[in-house]
Amino acid sequence: MTSLTAPAAAPGAARETACEAEPPAARLARYGRRLAVLLGLPAVLAAVWWIVSERAENFFFPPLSDILSAFGPTWFDGRIAADLLPSLGRLAAGYLLAVALGVALGVLIGTWPSLRAFAEPVLEFFRAIPPPVMVPILMLFLGIDTLMKVVVIVSGAVWPVLLNTVEGVRGIDRPLRDTARVYRLRPLTRLRTVVLRGASPQIVTGARQALSIAIVLMVISEMFAANNGLGFSIVQFQRGFALPEMWTGIILLGLVGLALSLIFRAVEATVLAWYRGQRRAQRGGNR
Amino acid sequence: MRKALLGLGGVAVLLVLLELVPRTSLVDERYLPPFSEMAGALGDSANTGEFWQALADTLQTWGLGLVLAFVAATAAGMAIGSVSALREATASTIEFLRPIPAVALIPLAVLLYGTGMEATLILVVYSSFWQVLVQVLAGVGDIDPVARDTARSFRFRRRTRALRLAWPTTLPYAVTGFRLAASVALILTITGELIIGTPGLGRLIAVAQTSGAIAPMYAFVIVTGLLGVTVNVLARLLERRVLRWHPSVREEAAA
Repeated sequence: MTSLTAPAAAPGAARETACEAEPPAARLARYGRRLAVLLGLPAVLAAVWWIVSERAENFFFPPLSDILSAFGPTWFDGRIAADLLPSLGRLAAGYLLAVALGVALGVLIGTWPSLRAFAEPVLEFFRAIPPPVMVPILMLFLGIDTLMKVVVIVSGAVWPVLLNTVEGVRGIDRPLRDTARVYRLRPLTRLRTVVLRGASPQIVTGARQALSIAIVLMVISEMFAANNGLGFSIVQFQRGFALPEMWTGIILLGLVGLALSLIFRAVEATVLAWYRGQRRAQRGGNR
Repeated sequence: MRKALLGLGGVAVLLVLLELVPRTSLVDERYLPPFSEMAGALGDSANTGEFWQALADTLQTWGLGLVLAFVAATAAGMAIGSVSALREATASTIEFLRPIPAVALIPLAVLLYGTGMEATLILVVYSSFWQVLVQVLAGVGDIDPVARDTARSFRFRRRTRALRLAWPTTLPYAVTGFRLAASVALILTITGELIIGTPGLGRLIAVAQTSGAIAPMYAFVIVTGLLGVTVNVLARLLERRVLRWHPSVREEAAA
């Protein structure tokens, strides 16, 4: 492929010309190279998996070809609607609730130093409890239906958001806060433009931690007790020794994790665009 | 001083609430026993060898997993990070594998190792590995270009360059990675014990729940929470101690 555009293919040269008017051939070469870098190793690994598993007789590692051919029948005949979507729905509900709750409480606690000193040890304790142990407790109160699973996700994912928001609110530039007060910004305006904006880098960090916890809890709550869902299906396959199907579940779960982290990154890029720009400017523009 | 008192006050209020809410039947006592009963149950089980064995099992799985992951991730990170071609080639693969939740591996781990400790160890190592690797990669990437060029002009040997240049720059990041990995590893250890049934505190919780021993169940949950707090505090102390020499405590690189 790249041989068509060979003359400009030297990577260093391609990069330098990128700033000036770039001949189309060089641009193609640059894209080609980026694509190769992006997909090269994954392709190699997949090929190795394919070849090694094709010959292996190991029951636990079925040939990749079997897994891939099992993927369609396993998931596209109704399981997407019956299992994947309910899982994602619970995840979305629990996660968004946790972020909203965490930010609201975090702003509250971060604004009053005394309240913060009062609540901090307790919050640190709740954050330190490994979230999955909340599943047996919440099962007592709420049974095993959807509500329990959403509450489990909230109960684990809220802490990183909350504590990071507290930190973020506390770290807001003092003069900035005073200026907002002197200019008599209305409380709501102040909240939106000073407090939440200023704390947003930390809030995003907390939200990122919360997302991976939320995914774990989505799966675990379904493994514990459920009659549908991604985690439930994977465990069903495992108990029935349906190995290729189990592997498709693992791969699907991996893809879900990947997709969510890509979505998160896109949201982060929008929310924190101002912050990245500021940081770059502070570093003296040395790219 | 005032801060510490307020904090103690917060803990005291929580404990009083935990005692009063079930006593006044605001919440069913069968679901949430008063705190005194939880404490009593904890005292009872502290007299049994079973409890201490479980605690030791949990700590062993956690520690072993954390150390394995840290060593492997630091070695891999230094190797990948110092060769830019390698770095570029592996970036997409790392970004693909990292978000895969370790719990996805539970069924596979169960099939391979049953309820053995290895089953949980896989989860712990997998999840902690990425925490450290990403930090170490960020650290190696942060080497000051001027310092690097200087080292090269002075023809530092490879080993000297690694020890005097790459390692000191990477260390703060690696330690941050260690701290993050320590708490993630604990979560996955308990998860594995709870779901898979590997011996440890998590299994005690699961057993207590299925046998309706509610007060002990809460007691064990409290122990896991205290364990988590201890891990966090120790990791922060370690961080301060290892980075004593560092001019400024660096901001955490967004993981």
